[in-house]
Amino acid sequence: MRFQIISVNIKMDTINLSEKTDWEFIEQVQKESGQNISLCYQCGNCTAGCPYTNYFDYPVSMVMRLLQAGQKDIVLNSKAIWLCATCETCTTRCPCEIDVAHIMDTLRIIARRENRVSEKDIKLFYDSFLDSVKQFGRIYEMGTLLMYNLRSGHLFADADLGPKVLTKGKIHFFPKKIKGADKVAQIFERFQKRAKRHG
Amino acid sequence: MSVSRKGLKDMADKEYAYYSGCSLEGTAKEYDMSLRLVMKALGATLTEPHDWSCCGSTPAHTVDHVFAAALAARNLAIVEKMNVHTLTTPCPSCLMVLKKAHLGMTGDESFKNEVNALLDEPYEGNVISKSSLQVIYEDIGLDAIADRVTYAFPDLKVAPYYGCILNRPPDIAQFDDPENPIAMDRVISALGVEVRDYAFKTECCGAAFGVPKRAMVNELTHKVLSMAIDAGANCIAVACPLCQQNLDLRQEQVNRTMGASFNIPILYFTQIMGLAYGFSPEELGMDMLVVSADHLIRSRMPIEEYRKMKEAEAAQAKKAPKAKEAKEAAKTEES
Repeated sequence: MRFQIISVNIKMDTINLSEKTDWEFIEQVQKESGQNISLCYQCGNCTAGCPYTNYFDYPVSMVMRLLQAGQKDIVLNSKAIWLCATCETCTTRCPCEIDVAHIMDTLRIIARRENRVSEKDIKLFYDSFLDSVKQFGRIYEMGTLLMYNLRSGHLFADADLGPKVLTKGKIHFFPKKIKGADKVAQIFERFQKRAKRHG
Repeated sequence: MSVSRKGLKDMADKEYAYYSGCSLEGTAKEYDMSLRLVMKALGATLTEPHDWSCCGSTPAHTVDHVFAAALAARNLAIVEKMNVHTLTTPCPSCLMVLKKAHLGMTGDESFKNEVNALLDEPYEGNVISKSSLQVIYEDIGLDAIADRVTYAFPDLKVAPYYGCILNRPPDIAQFDDPENPIAMDRVISALGVEVRDYAFKTECCGAAFGVPKRAMVNELTHKVLSMAIDAGANCIAVACPLCQQNLDLRQEQVNRTMGASFNIPILYFTQIMGLAYGFSPEELGMDMLVVSADHLIRSRMPIEEYRKMKEAEAAQAKKAPKAKEAKEAAKTEES
């Protein structure tokens, strides 16, 4: 079996804790995720099992440490939080029973809210997906992919797969709208109103 | 095929709300086709919830916890009004989202209220969700699965691939083992088909990022395929529409970007069940697979024929034990 050896570029910056600890941010993450961040004692088990760690700028255990140190900007601007696929290996293996994947989820939510997303393509793909849900009530795979390609500027992303899927009769050319699509759209609208109210 | 009386009685109450999820209407059509056939053959009734909607999957979870739960709970509320209390979904991503919403809402009254405030019809928390693999493994059971077999696959060696979230995290999945799941292994073994164990059966294949992060996903997929082949498998069984799409549809991409030459069929475990139950390849959507499984399908033989062949082989071996020993010794030397 051949494994590619990928060099890992972990950023090792010096952090001035007395000047830059954002206590509010620590509180916010703990509250929104329902997790106690201080329980992490840096055993590194989450990173050891993370299939994406080679691609992260900060390994997940380091994200946890940066969180403990209240390093809001580094954490929210990291690529790591967007490259996490929520595969739940970290959560399953954490000896302190911290739901690490849920913390990563929470960080994405906060980053989105503050409009600082380091991995634009991933967010665009998620947005194209959700637009389809809002419009049709279900996922219209073809439309989602085309919408992503248009918005991201990667016009021919996965164009090689097109003929394969089309000849298998798996993709519909036209979206199928469910009867309650408006009810689903209302979930989006009520959520947006609620989000505005809460600032 | 004979089914015991007890078996029939047990089957009578196997009614489920069937939440197929969006993929099964599109790129995973063959999962839907094969699952429906197999469930029917095993006496389980699947009823589609009226006008179900998308669960929101991973993308909704990057927006907001309450919003994500609401997209899922709309469906739980629909199922709650049906006469069945167990929902089954073949898609692990749907399952995870539905269970997260259910557990979040039943465990926290204020969260439940927040979610219900976004919905037209509130969800009260009375639906149990199970993966279709769990229903087949636990509710139907290995004996009933084995009883229905009419075809044997002497040459098939299957590496079951569970992927990331079918069994993880254990508090949400509440099924099988999070590190070394065996349900699919046992189901396929019960069909009389050989399974191969390997280390990567729960390693994430990256499917969720297939579109925006293709290079990364191709590398992850390469690892999973390599490990299965190293274990001696000539076929991979999956229970997830995203895993299937990734391992099958992107296999040629992986070959191109990683300089590999994979050509291993990726079958839904329900397709393997269907083939062992004698359904035609067309009924099971075998022609929808990108990497062809035709040679494996051709290798199946009626179980009686297979038994006779085995008996003849055994008789032959009894007659000439020395010849067989010599043959095996030669084989060992070769390898």
